[in-house]
Amino acid sequence: MSVVTRKTETQQSTAADGRRHLRHSTPSIRAARRREAVAGGVMATPSVLLLVLFFFVPVILGFLLAFTNARLISPTPTTFAGLDNFSRLFQDPLFWKSLRNTLYFAVVVVPLQSALALLLALLVNERMRGTNVFRTPYFVPVVTSIVVVSILWKFMYQPDGLVNNMLQSVSFNVIRGTDWLNNPGSAMPAIILMSIWQAVGFHMVIRLSGLQTISPQLYEAADLDGASRWEKFRYVTWPGLRDTRTFILVTITIAALSLFAQVNIMTNGGPLDATTTVVFQAVRVGYQQQQTAYASTISLVFFLLVFAVSLVQRYLTREKG
Amino acid sequence: MLLNGCGTAKSNSGGSSGEVTLWTHNAGNPEELAVVNQIVNDYNAQATTKVKVQAFPQASYNDAVVAAATAKKLPCILDVDAPTVPSWAFAGYLSELKLPSDLVAKNLPSTVGKYKDKVYSIGYYDAALAIFARKSALDAAGARVPTLDQPWTADEFNQTLAKIKAGGKFKNAFDLGTGDSTPEWWTYAYSPFLQSFGGDLINRSDFRQSDGILNGDKAKAWAAWMQGLVNNGYAPKKSGTDAFADFVNGKSAMIWSGIWSTSSMDKLGADGLILPPPDFGNGPKIGGGSWQWAISSACPNADAALDYMKFSLNSKYLSQFAIKQNVIPATDEAAELTPGWKQGEPKRFFLEESKKYALIRPPTPGYPYLTNTFAKAAQDIVAGGDANKILDQTVKDIDANFKANNYYQS
Repeated sequence: MSVVTRKTETQQSTAADGRRHLRHSTPSIRAARRREAVAGGVMATPSVLLLVLFFFVPVILGFLLAFTNARLISPTPTTFAGLDNFSRLFQDPLFWKSLRNTLYFAVVVVPLQSALALLLALLVNERMRGTNVFRTPYFVPVVTSIVVVSILWKFMYQPDGLVNNMLQSVSFNVIRGTDWLNNPGSAMPAIILMSIWQAVGFHMVIRLSGLQTISPQLYEAADLDGASRWEKFRYVTWPGLRDTRTFILVTITIAALSLFAQVNIMTNGGPLDATTTVVFQAVRVGYQQQQTAYASTISLVFFLLVFAVSLVQRYLTREKG
Repeated sequence: MLLNGCGTAKSNSGGSSGEVTLWTHNAGNPEELAVVNQIVNDYNAQATTKVKVQAFPQASYNDAVVAAATAKKLPCILDVDAPTVPSWAFAGYLSELKLPSDLVAKNLPSTVGKYKDKVYSIGYYDAALAIFARKSALDAAGARVPTLDQPWTADEFNQTLAKIKAGGKFKNAFDLGTGDSTPEWWTYAYSPFLQSFGGDLINRSDFRQSDGILNGDKAKAWAAWMQGLVNNGYAPKKSGTDAFADFVNGKSAMIWSGIWSTSSMDKLGADGLILPPPDFGNGPKIGGGSWQWAISSACPNADAALDYMKFSLNSKYLSQFAIKQNVIPATDEAAELTPGWKQGEPKRFFLEESKKYALIRPPTPGYPYLTNTFAKAAQDIVAGGDANKILDQTVKDIDANFKANNYYQS
């Protein structure tokens, strides 16, 4: 009884001390907070300024230009054109083709690439000698510029290139391969394969970091309960990867929807528009054809599309309960 | 790139007093730049107003000019690719080039850039395409060697292709050079065939309509012929990385290539022939117009700039370009000064071919749009698409664009 009382007294006195201390130093803390806020503001200014100048201003300008008839080179002043560009866009067969190609790419790449990244991460996460040796080759394509990768694969995909030669030798001359990038049926799958190969390492590393945050005790406990490998994956690993999963899903989707560099270098949108994408069309229309306003319209529609897809994904992967 | 152009422009727009600035696209081409520098040095040695050279890499040159024009910081003298001249003249970048008419008359017509009957630019040289062929292949096919005066007819050419193919010695009877996917190459290289068939990109009488011209019967015949080259196995759908090497190494019997390839053909010796394109009904045609020089509308010292232009149009410089660059000298006088280009000498072929058959690309401010849509159509046709549908869609796009831009009338 007395012990309890004494303890309460001590607590009270400590609390009182704390209060007194707090009351005593309030003005100086407030000043420090203010100083911190000022310092924070000062430090944020350069990046905020750059963001406004090089991101928000162009984006807003782009949105405004979409409703005009602006051209890259013209002596006549830009005038307001209302929704002309939009009605033209929705009647443009090339736009729909580009949109279909973009969605095709995303629908194949997103699940395939995230699944493959998980598989690779699980493999290289095994505790065995020389895992770094395995991790490195998967990551090398990621640190290589996509332009370089695209040029190399363009050569590899040629009719007498490495890909066909390998197919021929492993199949003992049964499979001859095709002119991958100049065949409307095979051009997009060829780009998809290369893109996944190039980017999968990055997502593997993120998955790997996710795997390593899962406490080993959970696996130990699962072992004690006699869980099988699959059960451990299903009930420990999979729930433990929640956050990285959402992050990977959103980043892969956005990257997939903005497919451009590979197409620009490897196929130029061809053959027969089999690989033209929304971003590729916007660049071609805006720079080569000098139709600034129309390109802005495409960009605006693209922005809304990506925004909508991200919102839907965010909703589907939200924390339930 | 754009910012770079702006920054550079700001520091020396038009040039300070007693100086005019000159912009050129050939920073990546030391031979050509050396001749430009030589002209400028010679000029500066005797003039009170000095010329200052600024060289840009070709890839970013047009961007730099457009950015400079937007910022009202154009240089005094600038070079410009021939088909772009009407677009820049229309946009008010260029001022009329008031050179004496007898001086202009000496130049090959395809080296003079005109818009609305006014001269805006003039070039020191032109380039030309031709059929490079193996004499042995033609002999084996029993084909005669065509000349500028007696080019092949369409039938003769097609029969020759069939016989070469039947001979089985060559993988390609005629390589079109389709490995380069740059849009301008496709317009420059393959629209002359279309024009030889009697079609065109747009009606040249008023530059308002493409309907009936690029999708007329003659244009459709051209498209069918192009597709036939691939479908009959005469030409590869996509040429190799170095198509001319394939020709020299015996993979192709003939190839459609440019004057710049002549030196690579030395290996073939007497077996190498340079031939004019066939006549598909409307006379043989090749593309005309290369880089030319103009004076900007923002030039405060236009007299000095014009004085420099007159000075530079000297046969000795034109001849230098032809020697260093392997291009066609723009005047007969310059050709006479240039080894290999005199009457009867081997390279003279290109000068005569250019005089007889060169057709400039449609001189309209809408050209950037025209070339991009045409090139895409040609690529789709060669790739095996439905040619008539492609041409109809292209015509629809072109006519809509011209209408939306008030037919590029200011």
